[in-house]
Amino acid sequence: MIDKQVPDLEAALAGVADGATVMVGGFGGAGQPAALIDALIAQGARELTIVNNNAGNGTAGLAALLAAGRVKKIICSFPRQADSQVFDALYRAGRIELELVPQGNLAERIRAAGAGIGGFFTPTGYGTELAKGKETRFIDGRWQVLESPIHADVALIQAERGDRWGNLTYRKTARNFGPVMAMAAELTIAAVHEIVPLGDLDPEAIVTPGIFVQRLVKVPR
Amino acid sequence: MSDLPRISRDQMAARVARDIAEGMVVNLGIGLPTLVTKFLPPDREFILHSENGVLGMGPPPPAGAEDWDLINAGKQPVTLLPGGAFFHHADSFAMMRGGHLDLCVLGAFQVSAAGDLANWHTGAPDAIPAVGGAMDLALGAKTTCVMMEHLTKAGESKIVARCTYPLTAAGCVRRIYTDLAVLDVTPEGVELVEAFNGITLAQLQAVTAVPLLTRDRP
Repeated sequence: MIDKQVPDLEAALAGVADGATVMVGGFGGAGQPAALIDALIAQGARELTIVNNNAGNGTAGLAALLAAGRVKKIICSFPRQADSQVFDALYRAGRIELELVPQGNLAERIRAAGAGIGGFFTPTGYGTELAKGKETRFIDGRWQVLESPIHADVALIQAERGDRWGNLTYRKTARNFGPVMAMAAELTIAAVHEIVPLGDLDPEAIVTPGIFVQRLVKVPR
Repeated sequence: MSDLPRISRDQMAARVARDIAEGMVVNLGIGLPTLVTKFLPPDREFILHSENGVLGMGPPPPAGAEDWDLINAGKQPVTLLPGGAFFHHADSFAMMRGGHLDLCVLGAFQVSAAGDLANWHTGAPDAIPAVGGAMDLALGAKTTCVMMEHLTKAGESKIVARCTYPLTAAGCVRRIYTDLAVLDVTPEGVELVEAFNGITLAQLQAVTAVPLLTRDRP
C-alpha cells in the first residue's frame, strides 16, 4: 500500500541533514508552513540554505529559524519588509548570505528544477545588477539572460487537503509556491489541515499530484 | 522645493484609472499604484492580476471578514470577484513574462528619457535590496506605466537623462503619471500629454531634468 502519511511533525522532519537546501513555501503568511518550520527548528539541522520568496516576517516561522542561527544562506526575491527585522540584523552583521532573485526567475528556476530543465533564457534582469556575470543571448529580438534551475533537498509546503498518496489541494492564494517547490525537491514534506480517504479528492481539482510528495502530515489550522 | 500646484495622491490614482480600458488585464504594483483600486471605472469590465496568484482580484473585504489565505502582492486581504481564479507562482509569472498582461502600473525612484526604470534599490551601501516581481512586470506587460511624484523630497526631478539608481529594466516605460503631469516616453523623447492645474510647459520644464516635447512639435 502506498501511504505517505507520517504520525507527527517529528517523523515528518526526520533526517533533514546539516547543509541541506530547504525550500519553504508561502508568500508572507499565506501558505507559510509554520508547523513544519517549527518542527525543523526542533529537529536541529544547521547550515541550511533556505529558498523562500521572503526572508521571514515578525519573529515566528521563518524568522524564528533565522534567529536560531540555523541558516547560512537565503535565496529569495523580497527580503526587506516592514517586519523583516530578524533578517535585516543578520544581514547587516554579515551573518547570512543573500542571493537576490527576481520573483519570476525564482518561480521559474524552481519549476525548471522540477521539470528537468537545465536552464532557460529570459529577458528579466537583463542589463541590471542581478544579471551581472551571467551569459546573455539575443533571442527573438531581445537580450535574454541564462538562468539555472534551483534544486532542493527538502521542500516544506502547506496545503489544504491531502490523501495517503500525497495528492494535494490548496486554499486560495496560499497555493503560491507550493506546487513548484513540491516538484523541485528530493523530499517534499506537505502539511495539510485535513487528510481524506483516497478517492475523495476531486481528480479535476488536485493541484499537486501525489508523486511530488513524499511525506504528509496533518496539522491544525 | 517647487511650489507648483500638485495634485493629490488620490487624484493621481483617479487619473491613472481613467486610462484603464474595457477588457484589459491589469497589474497594479505595490505602494502608490495600489491606490488606483479606489478609483476603478465602474462602467468598464477588466481583470486585476495579483502576482501571488490571483486573477479577478476584488476590493478589500469589510473589517472582520479578512481571509489571510486571500491576499494581494502587498500581503493585504482582498476579495475574489465572480470569474476569478487562483494559480501557482510559476503560472502567475508566466502571465507576466509571457506577455499576457495588458497594463502594469509601477512606482519608481527614477525614469529616464529612454524609458529606463529604477524602482527596486537605491544602491546605498547600507540598503538591503529587495526586487520582488518588479523586473518581471516591467518587461513582461504589454504596456508599462509609472506612477510617481514628479520631484524627490529634495526637489530634484525624478525624470532624468540617465538613471543614477540601479536599473530595474531598460527602455520599458511607456507613460509616466506624476503629481504635475502625464508624460509619454516616445522614441524622440519625453512628451507632455497633460499638465494639471494650469501648469504651463515652461513651468514644468523648469522642474524636469530632460527636454519636454509637445504633441504638436514641429
